[in-house]
Amino acid sequence: MKPSSFRYAVPTTLRAAIDIRAASEDSVVLAGGQSLIPTMNFRLANPEVVIDLRKLDELNYIRVGGGMVRMGAMTRQRVVEEDAEALAANPLIRETLTNVAHPAIRNRGTIGGSLAHADPSAELPTLLTTLRGTLTAQGPSGRRSIPATEFFEFIFTTALEPDELLVEAAVPVLEPGEGWAFTEFARRHGDYAVAGVAATLLVGPDGRISRARLGACGIATVPALLTECEELLTGNAPGDELFAAAGQVARDAVTVSDDSATTKAYRRHVLAGLVERTLKTAMTRVGVPR
Amino acid sequence: MSEVTVFEPDEPVVVEVEVNGEPVTAEVPSRMLLSDFLRQRLGLTGTHVGCEHGVCGACTVHIDGRPARSCLTLVAQTDGRSVRTVEGLACADGTLHPVQRAFKECHALQCGFCTPGFMMAVAGLLDERDDLATADDETIREEISGNVCRCTGYMNIVSAVKRAAELSNERG
Repeated sequence: MKPSSFRYAVPTTLRAAIDIRAASEDSVVLAGGQSLIPTMNFRLANPEVVIDLRKLDELNYIRVGGGMVRMGAMTRQRVVEEDAEALAANPLIRETLTNVAHPAIRNRGTIGGSLAHADPSAELPTLLTTLRGTLTAQGPSGRRSIPATEFFEFIFTTALEPDELLVEAAVPVLEPGEGWAFTEFARRHGDYAVAGVAATLLVGPDGRISRARLGACGIATVPALLTECEELLTGNAPGDELFAAAGQVARDAVTVSDDSATTKAYRRHVLAGLVERTLKTAMTRVGVPR
Repeated sequence: MSEVTVFEPDEPVVVEVEVNGEPVTAEVPSRMLLSDFLRQRLGLTGTHVGCEHGVCGACTVHIDGRPARSCLTLVAQTDGRSVRTVEGLACADGTLHPVQRAFKECHALQCGFCTPGFMMAVAGLLDERDDLATADDETIREEISGNVCRCTGYMNIVSAVKRAAELSNERG
């Protein structure tokens, strides 16, 4: 057997899950298992306790309302991808999800699992960060909301306390006529990307960009907000030259160093092209009725 | 009912799972992977084990009708679920599934190691999409990008996906 042995806890309520999380020195939370089980198969993780959330139906939901799309932590990625209401409210969610690994992975992988895992090269953390979404944690002392921009602290490290569970992720709905796009570059479709970019563009009645949101994965120790690009774009008339300039500005956001497959210089180059391409795609959707 | 069930490391977990339409009840270690359970306990060795970390796709089965990696799933997680393996693709009378017929017709296998995983992935794909018979190669390649063929026999696999879609559409 690949994983080492562990105590296996199957709570049927969120309260019980939090209790056992709080009471365990060395526990891991099993959601969809698409990142955790590989690390256990390699015995990179040898937890004493595995807390399997599979019976927590209370964390399996998609709710659209109040200007937000709220997703329970145990909602499968593929279910969100196929949800018509979520698509109508915020099509960037689906476009982002189709870049997460492969269908067989997304059928099992959960929204909360990917976010709590906090891989900076993953797409969902970048979506939450770019849209300034909110994560909800619950622990023994109650619930709290954490802005996505504060949730991701480092590689595989979040603002969750050891006794807290991630219970919900929420992103705002897009404005009518707001453009959107997610683009990434990977060696094989579905692999971890060399870099990926999420963007939204809102153009005002004066023909100028009134709001631009940009974020990227794969380039830093956390999902990166490309704030300098956002500032460059906002207030200006959209166009190919402006988008190309934004790509050049984005290069300096790459802080990871060379790895075995990709140099930093190459990653900067890829990011510049991706930012430009993503903005162009987002622009084609500006003002288009959904 | 207690709000949490805890199994000690050496304590077996009782799993009730439907495999290829047959109910199975088994006592398993909590750490046992679905792939090992299918092969070692049930003798369903059609499910192949390649990388054991979710990259190669050889172990792909269906859980509740949807493709999933059996090497990234504990058997315990499938309690109360249904699992379909490559052995469950053909009809009981031996009539091949459209995907099996297409792989045979198009010679979409060389060594055959990746084939069960590919077929389960493509069977799942056909359940979701009815436009693959006319799709371009790039679309098909993206759709099957989660499976790796170590013989690199992708050309015929892409042809087989198109053929399977045709056969599936004919069958309706």
